[in-house]
Amino acid sequence: MITVEKLKKIKKEQRPLLEKRLREIGNVDIKEDGSIVLNGDYYKKQLRIALKNCEIIDPNNIKEYIAVDGYFALADCLSNMSPKEIIEDIKESGLRGRGGAGFPTGKKWETAYSYDDDQKYMIANADEGDPGAFMDRSILENDPHSVLEGMIIGGYAVGADKGFIYVRAEYPLAVERLQIAIEQAKELGVLGNNILGTGFNFDIELRLGAGAFVCGEGTALIESIEGKRGMPRTKIYRTSHKGLWEKPTIINNVETYANVPVIFQKGVNWYKNIGTEKSPGTKVFALVGKVENAGLVEVPMGTTLREIVFDIGGGTQNGKKFKAVQTGGPSGGCIPADLIDTPVDFESLDEIGSIMGSGGMVVMDEDTCMVDIARYFLDFTVDESCGKCVPCREGTKRLLEMLERFVAGKGEEGDIERLERLSNTVTEASLCSLGKTAATPIVTTLKYFMDEYKAHIYDKKCPAGACQALVEYFITDDCIGCGACAKACPVDCISGEKKELHVIDQDRCIKCGACMEACPPKVSAVIKR
Amino acid sequence: MNIVINGIHYEVEKNTTILQACRKAGIDIPTLCHDDRLEPFASCRMCLVEIEGSNKLVTSCSTVVKDNMVVYTHSDKIIEARKDVLDLLVGNHPLECLSCDKSGQCKLQDYCYEYGIIESSYNGDRREPYVDTSNPFYDYDARKCILCGLCVRVCDELQCTSAIGFGNRGFDTVVTTPFNEGLINSKCVSCGNCVSVCPVGALTPKVQKYRHWESKEVQTTCSYCGVGCQLNLIVKGDKVVGAQPSKEGPNDGLLCVKGKFAYKFINHPDRIKTPLIKRNGKFEEASWDEAYRLIRRKINGIKEESGSEAFAGLTSARCTNEENYLFQKLFRAVIGTNNIDHCARL
Ligand SMILES: Cc1cc2nc3c(=O)[nH]c(=O)nc-3n(C[C@H](O)[C@H](O)[C@H](O)COP(=O)(O)O)c2cc1C
Ligand code: SF4
Ligand code: SF4
Ligand code: SF4
Ligand code: FES
Repeated sequence: MITVEKLKKIKKEQRPLLEKRLREIGNVDIKEDGSIVLNGDYYKKQLRIALKNCEIIDPNNIKEYIAVDGYFALADCLSNMSPKEIIEDIKESGLRGRGGAGFPTGKKWETAYSYDDDQKYMIANADEGDPGAFMDRSILENDPHSVLEGMIIGGYAVGADKGFIYVRAEYPLAVERLQIAIEQAKELGVLGNNILGTGFNFDIELRLGAGAFVCGEGTALIESIEGKRGMPRTKIYRTSHKGLWEKPTIINNVETYANVPVIFQKGVNWYKNIGTEKSPGTKVFALVGKVENAGLVEVPMGTTLREIVFDIGGGTQNGKKFKAVQTGGPSGGCIPADLIDTPVDFESLDEIGSIMGSGGMVVMDEDTCMVDIARYFLDFTVDESCGKCVPCREGTKRLLEMLERFVAGKGEEGDIERLERLSNTVTEASLCSLGKTAATPIVTTLKYFMDEYKAHIYDKKCPAGACQALVEYFITDDCIGCGACAKACPVDCISGEKKELHVIDQDRCIKCGACMEACPPKVSAVIKR
Repeated sequence: MNIVINGIHYEVEKNTTILQACRKAGIDIPTLCHDDRLEPFASCRMCLVEIEGSNKLVTSCSTVVKDNMVVYTHSDKIIEARKDVLDLLVGNHPLECLSCDKSGQCKLQDYCYEYGIIESSYNGDRREPYVDTSNPFYDYDARKCILCGLCVRVCDELQCTSAIGFGNRGFDTVVTTPFNEGLINSKCVSCGNCVSVCPVGALTPKVQKYRHWESKEVQTTCSYCGVGCQLNLIVKGDKVVGAQPSKEGPNDGLLCVKGKFAYKFINHPDRIKTPLIKRNGKFEEASWDEAYRLIRRKINGIKEESGSEAFAGLTSARCTNEENYLFQKLFRAVIGTNNIDHCARL
């Protein structure tokens, strides 16, 4: 049987080995207080809590997790704290769910705790369906034990002895590492029966998702674990009251769980002092799009968008003009350049019409058309709508059809009003948050980039030059008549005598852009307009 | 608990939904996916109401009342939301009311009338046409299906057969059988309870042409077994053209395949309509008077000759309890024997 003494012994033995291995690789700084952080400019400006062990420990070796204080928080909770005390501490820490909605974790745990039942469940939501998001994946692949430890602590707190990790099947490495972690944890005695000799039992099983975005929604996920079609339930009851098989169930995000052990390791006060008053702690973002240094960024809540996009991300690529940043995944909002100093926390993002979501952050430059971006995200939601409720099933499709018309130059007078009205109905009348937030990309682009909508609809122009149907290739007076464009044109629609101005037949042009590329760079007579 | 609906105070019991409270108060709330007998599903979003102090609309079918809740059921905002929902529904529904069997008793048609929806303002894609006509008693037409899920849930929660479910996702969703193999190859027992609950013309009995307004309903007890299910026979002229389960009675709105679909014998030309008496080895039509006279004569004769114990009576499970009672009374009190039994005793 494993005891705290044994844990300490493992740590003592393993720590020097870990440090030696890391020194050989040379990618870390080992601080005086014992913490190990990745070196390099990109990481210096970050504060890593959820990702603190990523790329540092070997995820397939539970001893390395113990060498960085892993499972000591669990040992402490089980032997020195009552469930009620743990819940109080989590409440006091102000930890909020990292899966998108920011619901206070302690409050959720307290609800499940308050219902007396013979069976309760803990679920880790590792479905991570947002396109471009890979925060949870990184935690699962690089530090699976932190999620297990968070779940076991939660299980002890609410009185659950069974946990499920619902993980996407598209993350085979995460699945493999979780399986190894579960096995090693059971073997060591920090998972399974009589954990650390305290008499507390907790078991964890994996469930694989089949690639539906909506199965990340808590109640759809529960239906899916029950073996049913992944459709959200109507919320008569909280899941912490009646969840999986009608039993009190806690469902938290992977990153949320990864925060739990640290809160007990370092103390509630330490944790509370990071971030903002209402949103304590850090948040991991997947910084992607037209940004110089794409990757995972973990910073204290309240860090401004500017710090993330420019100081850490290095700004836009190729010196293009920064236009907007989209936060919150497919149901998030587009934030324009003049709001770049907005602090990133739940309240501030909400105020400007966007959301934190699970932490997607897409950087856009001047070449991005905001109408097309809205269309792109709606295309995703239409595909992923479960089809249960009318506003989302039928409404998102009609929103998409309108946007498709706009980018094809077929927008009509009155369309903007229709788009606004339907966006509003879909938001207000849909059953689950997928539908309720589906129109956010539209609403925010309408709010901040109305000019672009008007240009598409009334002038049949795409200011960013991104919508194929609305751009025109045109040869200016700079033309030297070399004929390179005419040769390159696949549909032979460019005419002109040698050494004379060439002309594009707009009716036949297929807008492939071959002429623009063919025109000698010194001349650059072909323009897009 | 006290609640205020549209400015009027009501007292309701704990754990009632807003919809139940409204119905009790006589306030009509449109619903397309609700059925008292089923778990709330909240998919159609027609029953939305507004609650003071909250900027969100809620579905009254799946929201439990709270003390001092102030509810508005027909505010401008709500009416507009319901109109939008209907607009979206008919945007993906063939408006074939002229030839649709359901016309006149279709909830979609009724609500479009009530909310003034003439046609959809959307002229976009439609669901891929898909029909399942493999069941001998009823058909499914996906074009008309509004995906309220009533059929799926009745089959699962009440019929407990779970033969049908949703297939595909989002805009392409349809009601279907496992692996799309068709109703005839599924677990379907043809009870038709799905057909009975379909609010539109997506699930319809195989052709029995009648218009709702030229038919009348006659309540009766199903004659197939002794459960005593109540059903309404749908009668056009002097012909029975359909059967609909009644919610009053032990069957609570359900029927089996016989009650629901096996009514055609009623108007069958081969049906025996008068008593038959065998004369010279051949059955001949007779009047009830003649028949009773013959029975009486024979009973009296046998009783005189061999006594009461020479008789035995056997009744059918298809008789009602009342008929069975009278039959044993006849045997015990009139004929004078306890030799009486019933085929359902097995
Ligand atoms: C359409 C949709 C997809 C979601 N996908 C995820 C997901 O992939 N991962 C996740 O943790 N939460 C997801 N959520 C949020 C969950 O419903 C739930 O709020 C969350 O898992 C709760 O955990 P938390 O309190 O720790 O954030 C999704 C929500 C919706 C509406
Ligand atoms: S909002 Fe969309 S995803 Fe959610 S229940 Fe309705 S159809 Fe399904
Ligand atoms: S007829 Fe009965 S068994 Fe068949 S699908 Fe309908 S409800 Fe289910
Ligand atoms: S077939 Fe009828 S009952 Fe079934 S989902 Fe469609 S509309 Fe509803
Ligand atoms: S009746 Fe409430 S949503 Fe359909």
